[in-house]
Amino acid sequence: MRPFIFETASEPQHAIELFDKNGLPAARSAVYLAGGTTLLDLMKLDVMRPEIVIDINALQHTSLGRIEANETELRLGALARMAETAEHPVVKANYPVIAQSLQLAASPQLRNMATLGGNVLQRTRCNYFRDVSNPACNKRNPGTGCAAIPGFNRRHAVLGGSDQCIATYPGDFAQALVAVNAIVELRGPKGIRTVAFATLHRQPGDTPDLETTLLPGEMITAFIVPTAPWMRRSLYLKVRDRQSYEFALASAAVALDMNGAVIREARIALGGVATVPWRSLAAETTLRDKPLDEASANAAAEAAFAEAQPLEHNAFKIALGKRTLVRALREAAALEI
Amino acid sequence: MAKIFLHGASNRVMLGRFLKDNHTVATDYGVDRRNFLVGTVSTAATPLLTRTGQPSAASSAGGPSPGAPVDLLLRVNGSDHRLTLDSRTTLLDALRDHLGLTGAKKGCDHGQCGACTVLVDGRRVLACLTLAVSMRGHEATTIEGVARKDGGLHPMQQAFIDHDAFQCGYCTPGQIMSAIGCVHEGHAIDAADVREYMSGNLCRCAAYPNIVDAIQAAKSAMRGS
Repeated sequence: MRPFIFETASEPQHAIELFDKNGLPAARSAVYLAGGTTLLDLMKLDVMRPEIVIDINALQHTSLGRIEANETELRLGALARMAETAEHPVVKANYPVIAQSLQLAASPQLRNMATLGGNVLQRTRCNYFRDVSNPACNKRNPGTGCAAIPGFNRRHAVLGGSDQCIATYPGDFAQALVAVNAIVELRGPKGIRTVAFATLHRQPGDTPDLETTLLPGEMITAFIVPTAPWMRRSLYLKVRDRQSYEFALASAAVALDMNGAVIREARIALGGVATVPWRSLAAETTLRDKPLDEASANAAAEAAFAEAQPLEHNAFKIALGKRTLVRALREAAALEI
Repeated sequence: MAKIFLHGASNRVMLGRFLKDNHTVATDYGVDRRNFLVGTVSTAATPLLTRTGQPSAASSAGGPSPGAPVDLLLRVNGSDHRLTLDSRTTLLDALRDHLGLTGAKKGCDHGQCGACTVLVDGRRVLACLTLAVSMRGHEATTIEGVARKDGGLHPMQQAFIDHDAFQCGYCTPGQIMSAIGCVHEGHAIDAADVREYMSGNLCRCAAYPNIVDAIQAAKSAMRGS
């Protein structure tokens, strides 16, 4: 790990000021430290090399650490920990897809440490990205190529990739957020703004090193989830190489608003198969005003993966992803709420 | 107990052979093992000192420089320790290398194996992914701090012995700390629950069935104590 300056922020504006004071103009070498479970790991691997680390954990005692719910929305402070959010009684009861996406991720220790804001910003698990002895990684070193495209790409994305990068977005919680139209609140040197969570992550395209639309010095302060008729009939289904403590090979976040056996609205996002948290509007559209049965669920799955582009080792993810979505839809439809 | 002792004895024999072989190799080159290690450490420290000596953009502006030592008060097992550490020092390295608390183990050092599990403010976390300097205002509890004041073992420690829940013992301090956290969190309802909520602690000896038994037994004892 390379030497860094360690700063501790006492309240949100202080954190921004520390970033401004220390980070700019070399803004890209300053980082905020929350749970540290991605950052410390990647600093030890020499993948991330910040010169300034600004500890924002003390802000947990502000609104950034709180979970609040009312009739219209759920507000999740960005410094709430994964474990406490997953076990929050209101989140569990009324926003099951969110609770489950957190519960099925990582290990109990990591969930005790990792924050919600840090969770959505976790970096890919692409081994070529994580291994600095591999010279070819457009995400880590722009312009050096991609070792995964001709290499071992079993865990890589079949959706949203480019000829520059096919690294899978590894998280689970973000799939739940993107499915249910969450909003993300950001705070930075230029003030506070809110944007659709769906616009936070960028597909790799020609600039795989730019992973989000965050501006220099901006931090996530909260996620706002509007209540909706489909929310209680929601779930997160995750398929992995082992039963626990593993990243998804394929996952589905689904939420259904049903009128008897007929679907009014469906919300669908896919994980483990795409370069970003992947909302499938095509799959949602096929289900509107249809009864949820094997035929309609299969049609939704076909639509979700119509644009999939397999490589040598990851073609299985298309079949696995479709089956995961079909099972998730059928389980959601069968929920007693 | 007989089985544990046997494993311990055979491990010691193997360790002895390993050290003896290594020692022989080292002295062939006229360097003994201890001096070789001391030499390595001081060499490793040199680039760091050079780095901190270089003025950075921030230090020229009057701020701190990367790698400058940081003072902190680290509270562990009820005692405060005043330390001056490189800001890169993890809680795990501070415990092991600066406080001599070598119970928490460095397995993977990347948050994957759970051998470094300790409690921070009562919650189980990974000491290898925690910066020591971020521990201001918090308290760590390690395996060295869980026994009773009269020296009696914590019910979880006793249960691991009673149920033969380890072989080599390397992962055991992390397993026990994680298990204590698991019970406190209310996640030891049945065997399946224990397996899921202990998934962050790997055991290469695969003592898992006995670990599950030990945790379920200790749960009752912890409730009673």
